[in-house]
Amino acid sequence: MAKIGVFICHCGENIGAKVDCTRLAAAMGEHPGVAVSVEYKYFCSDPGQESVKRAIRENNLTGVVVAACSPRMHEATFRKACAEAGLNPYLCEIANIREQCSWVHTDNGQATEKAMDITRSMVEKVKRNNKLQPIEVPVTRRALVIGGGIAGIQAALDIANAGQEVVLVEREPSLGGHMAQLSETFPTLDCSQCIMTPRMVEAAQHPKIRLLTYSEIESVDGYIGNFSVRVRMKSRYVDIDKCTGCGDCITKCPAKKISSEFDCGLGKRTAIYTPFAQSVPNIPVIDKANCIYFKNGKCKICSKTCQCDAIDFAMPDTFVDLEIGAIVVATGFQVQNNSMYGEYGYGTYPDVINGLQFERLASASGPTAGKIQRPSDGAEPQTVVFIQCAGSRDPSKGVRYCSKICCMYTAKHAMLYAHKVHGGKTHIFYMDIRAAGKGYDEFSRRAIEEDEAAYLRGRVSKVWQENGKLMVRGVDTLLGRPVEIAADMVVLATAIISQPDAKEFAKTIGIGYDEYGFYNEAHLKLRPVESSTAGVFLAGACQSPKDIPDSVAQASATASKVLALFSKEMLEREPVVATNNEATCAGCWGCVLACPYNAIEQKDILDRSGRVIKRVASVNPGLCQGCGTCVTFCRSNSLDLAGFTEKQIFAEVMGL
Amino acid sequence: MSEPFEPKIIAFVCTYCTYAGADLAGTSRLKYAPNVRIIRLPCTGRISPMFILKALQKGADGVLISGCHPGDCHFTHGNYHARRRWMVFRALLDFIGIPPERVKYSWISAAEGVKFAEFINTVTEDIRKLGPFEQYSQLIGQTEASASL
Repeated sequence: MAKIGVFICHCGENIGAKVDCTRLAAAMGEHPGVAVSVEYKYFCSDPGQESVKRAIRENNLTGVVVAACSPRMHEATFRKACAEAGLNPYLCEIANIREQCSWVHTDNGQATEKAMDITRSMVEKVKRNNKLQPIEVPVTRRALVIGGGIAGIQAALDIANAGQEVVLVEREPSLGGHMAQLSETFPTLDCSQCIMTPRMVEAAQHPKIRLLTYSEIESVDGYIGNFSVRVRMKSRYVDIDKCTGCGDCITKCPAKKISSEFDCGLGKRTAIYTPFAQSVPNIPVIDKANCIYFKNGKCKICSKTCQCDAIDFAMPDTFVDLEIGAIVVATGFQVQNNSMYGEYGYGTYPDVINGLQFERLASASGPTAGKIQRPSDGAEPQTVVFIQCAGSRDPSKGVRYCSKICCMYTAKHAMLYAHKVHGGKTHIFYMDIRAAGKGYDEFSRRAIEEDEAAYLRGRVSKVWQENGKLMVRGVDTLLGRPVEIAADMVVLATAIISQPDAKEFAKTIGIGYDEYGFYNEAHLKLRPVESSTAGVFLAGACQSPKDIPDSVAQASATASKVLALFSKEMLEREPVVATNNEATCAGCWGCVLACPYNAIEQKDILDRSGRVIKRVASVNPGLCQGCGTCVTFCRSNSLDLAGFTEKQIFAEVMGL
Repeated sequence: MSEPFEPKIIAFVCTYCTYAGADLAGTSRLKYAPNVRIIRLPCTGRISPMFILKALQKGADGVLISGCHPGDCHFTHGNYHARRRWMVFRALLDFIGIPPERVKYSWISAAEGVKFAEFINTVTEDIRKLGPFEQYSQLIGQTEASASL
């Protein structure tokens, strides 16, 4: 016989002022199976919880219903209290009479009626609750970090420095990501390479970090604590173990006029190359599409030059299989191609460049060794126009969101330009200056006050070439008049977008993404570094546009999440999983089609002599996330979902 | 003047989106019609057509189902299964003589408290116009002596 305890919380006046709790308690007390029905001001308080525990012990309750706020608020609190009183925590349910009743209705009578229905329905459910035990799964203490930019490196180093193993996978030939391309960083103007390259070296040399560059994730299976990951190591055609990184092959390679990706097309590279001089690892790769040997079957100069016999034109792609406990996704971003703005002339006029290209021009390691020279003729530009929000905050042609870093890097560009070209003039067209961050507003003020950047509030309508100048026509909305500037170079503060293959990759690892392809966090405010998939964490600009401090902070946060996960031998999970009645299962495998997690396996039922009598479905509780889609699909009603069984739900409906 | 008809509506919602959206409507102190009773499920994929029939049999005048927007399902594609099931079930409802207007389907995310409140109000009004739904419970009453489980 059920002995249910009903505890009705006033929540101060939040519930008490709308719902007649005394009437509710009296009505519930009369309901069959209810042994105790009491009301109290605050059941979540210490004395409130104590009174629940006492009632459980004194009345030997078999189930508890707390009619209070949303289960999303205090379900865990009351389940813990039940467990402390010796009652299985899954025999406790919450009737939500605050968020979904007292707060949303105006009539006291109707609110009380509704509260009664809600509570009665929960009492009926709890009568049919089963004792459940949390599921324990083992944890593999090895983290996978995907992406070797600043976020990935930070996460890998933090985890490795805590003594846990890390595999760091980067798809480019070198670590570094976008940060390695930058000249100097706001708001301190310290050189990006100077702070980045030591971290790259540290990651590569760390005894706990296994570095796989020029590699991509092929597949991810499994679940939190127990992922199996296959990595494709793309063929470099250079043996990593033999190569000493002397660079002779690069000097001798005759295919020299290939546009450099690292220099954003402003510089050239050879077919056998390292992206930049400080690459980590300092091992070149052969770009098969541009290599003369791969195109014509003749050349092999690199191979003849190499004194260590490291070049192998027959080298295949290889695969590495990894057992992983947690995954940090730090796959970064791309800059938008501005060719949709025909009026700005990007792609038409060589001296209209984007912000990242300007970084390469200003960088000491760049194609001009840090001299500001315009791409068309190498002349030093005397007037530069910067156009902010070239793509950002533009729903018609670009993206709706703010790319966050452009206001700051444009101010930085104006400063760098002023420092390098004395007497040069800068004009910056902006919509708003968004300089929120430590030292950021001071920095952008410095660009205006000390380095004489002329900020013009307004948009640019057209850029065209006239007498060797780029004519920029825009509007100054503060003065309310059109402006025309004859410039030598135009720099577009291009929008930051997700990686072109971000959505496809999200499907490979099973995480969610938004309409723009940025990865979704589990909760924007309270769980910003966790993805919706347990055990997969998000760091850096793959989640949304971010500056370096934010990316580093988020990366360290993922590391702390990973380490918390690795601090346990076994993981405890909510036991809301599907179970199968093997006696009635017909083996139709409809559930296998329905399951999003491949959690349903085939199991052979054997007779005494070991012959297979029948094959049935078997749910792997480690993989099952408890959505219940298979239960609804099941044709023979064999599957059921613990915590939300058919019986429980029908009872809830009947109780209403 | 007689009392206006107050329909009884049962909602089956997923815990990750619409239940959270309903909580948000609460924390935002939005006001909406008190006719809906919510049953929380892990995912709309868990909603069996039998739940809907049982609700109508038990005396509900309308049923509503709501979960995460397509593409946003916490369980990656439970809501797609729910949608497919509903497409088939809607035709069956018509066939067995239950007006499909009595069953409403929607996507309401955890951030859409306002949409939740508006949806509840529209559905309540719509069902109120349709009037009480008695034919199915009467029919069941004739064929089954008791409607208990």
